[in-house]
Amino acid sequence: MIITKQKDFNELLSSVGKEPVFIVGCSECATMCHTGGEKEVLEMKGALEDKNIPVTGWVILEPACHLQNDKRILRKYKDEVNKANKILVLACGNGIQTVSEIIENAEVIAGNDTLFLGEIKRANEFEKRCNMCGDCIEDLFGGFCPVSRCPKSMLNGPCGGSIDGKCEVDSNIDCVWDLIYKRLKEKKQLQLLKIIQEPKDWSKSTETRRAL
Amino acid sequence: MNYRSNLERVLSKGKLAVTAEIGPPKGSDPDKITRKGEITKGCADAFNVTDNQTAVVRMSSMACSCILLKMGLEPVMQITCRDRNRIALQSDVLGASAIGIKNILCITGDHQSFGNHPESKGVYDIDSIQFIQTIKNMRGIGVFQSGDKILSGKPDIFIGAAANPFADPYEFRVDRLEKKIEAGADFIQTQSIFNVNKFNIWMDEVRSRGLDRKVHIIAGVTPLKSLKMADRMRFHIPGVDIPEHVANRMKNSGDPKREGYEIALELINDIKKIKGVHGLHITALFWEDVIPSLVRESGFLPRP
Repeated sequence: MIITKQKDFNELLSSVGKEPVFIVGCSECATMCHTGGEKEVLEMKGALEDKNIPVTGWVILEPACHLQNDKRILRKYKDEVNKANKILVLACGNGIQTVSEIIENAEVIAGNDTLFLGEIKRANEFEKRCNMCGDCIEDLFGGFCPVSRCPKSMLNGPCGGSIDGKCEVDSNIDCVWDLIYKRLKEKKQLQLLKIIQEPKDWSKSTETRRAL
Repeated sequence: MNYRSNLERVLSKGKLAVTAEIGPPKGSDPDKITRKGEITKGCADAFNVTDNQTAVVRMSSMACSCILLKMGLEPVMQITCRDRNRIALQSDVLGASAIGIKNILCITGDHQSFGNHPESKGVYDIDSIQFIQTIKNMRGIGVFQSGDKILSGKPDIFIGAAANPFADPYEFRVDRLEKKIEAGADFIQTQSIFNVNKFNIWMDEVRSRGLDRKVHIIAGVTPLKSLKMADRMRFHIPGVDIPEHVANRMKNSGDPKREGYEIALELINDIKKIKGVHGLHITALFWEDVIPSLVRESGFLPRP
């Protein structure tokens, strides 16, 4: 799941100005994150109208990152989109760009900040789980990922700063090395941690591989 | 035998080595470092120069090491993996070797969120163990981390690493030390010790695995300068273990600075008797003036 957070409303107001707006949401991640589903899009519509900003229409794309689907859906909203000077997109960084590829005549405004690829722990509580490094090595670590979950991406054991199993950088998050150690101990696989893990091959990552 | 450095010479002869930490200044004034060098000259076999410790910007460890070299002091240059990728790290190893730096201590580094630029992006391309292994291969085989060959001059570095005998998960601490040795560490500098009992438990395990014969263990000691510093280290520095009886001595003393000094003397005296300890590393945080008397009263002078 791509985890997003809606930008501060006042910040959005200064980006939107007073011109007519068309609002775009997304049926997938932004819906699950409550940052760009139908409910949030309608709330945004109401909030903008309360500030006397005209909203020409709205749509929930299914999902916003699907270029061909978006083109098909947005065709039906041609008039509403044409009346707007600003397109406010409540989706992830990908969804915003896919919309920008299609709508060229209006200014596209990012309504959300995209945070990470993570887990929904419970409602409105999310935690990072993956850096999309292009070379998954979680099986070496009892199914946990130190690349994304350790703030120092340490591959050869914990830094030694954790306190009661919590990360020294943020006491709200578990030290992933504590989890790895406990899980491998349970599975009697602690010998895995004795192997020196070589530096990661970042040439396999999205840093360089941008299309598939 | 040819030794890579003075530190290696002292350690190899089975003498208790003494190293002292010199913190680079928060500014470009070279006098700050030369003054610390003058105060501590002759008190230690090598002088450990920190690399933007606690992620606060300071004069570079390479430049400070160079200044110490010019004064005739032998530096242990610290390099962290926080601020450089593998290209820059290896480049610094070559550069350090070229200007005459013989000892490098490899550490992952304190996280940038603790420093004076919490908005910065950490690098962490490789970790300390991978960095140790990289230098070992540069030195021994003459190859870079990628496998590409070094063309002119293999860096002949005495490789150091850090160890924390007090951190969690506690059972993994000696395993991690063993990994650092396997990666290529020649000497180990421990976290500052205040809890001798816990350090002894760690050392028992180190000796039972024969690790004290594979690597030189240099035990860290920090004189506490004030009650405030004791509290800060106790509650805010991850991985530091200050037991209650030490904290109480600082709290109940009419002269905490004197008490901190006495505690350090006692710690050195206890630690130097522990089998398998090959040296003492004194980190007098911004209190370098105390090092000469601490070393003298511990019976470490003159240095061999």
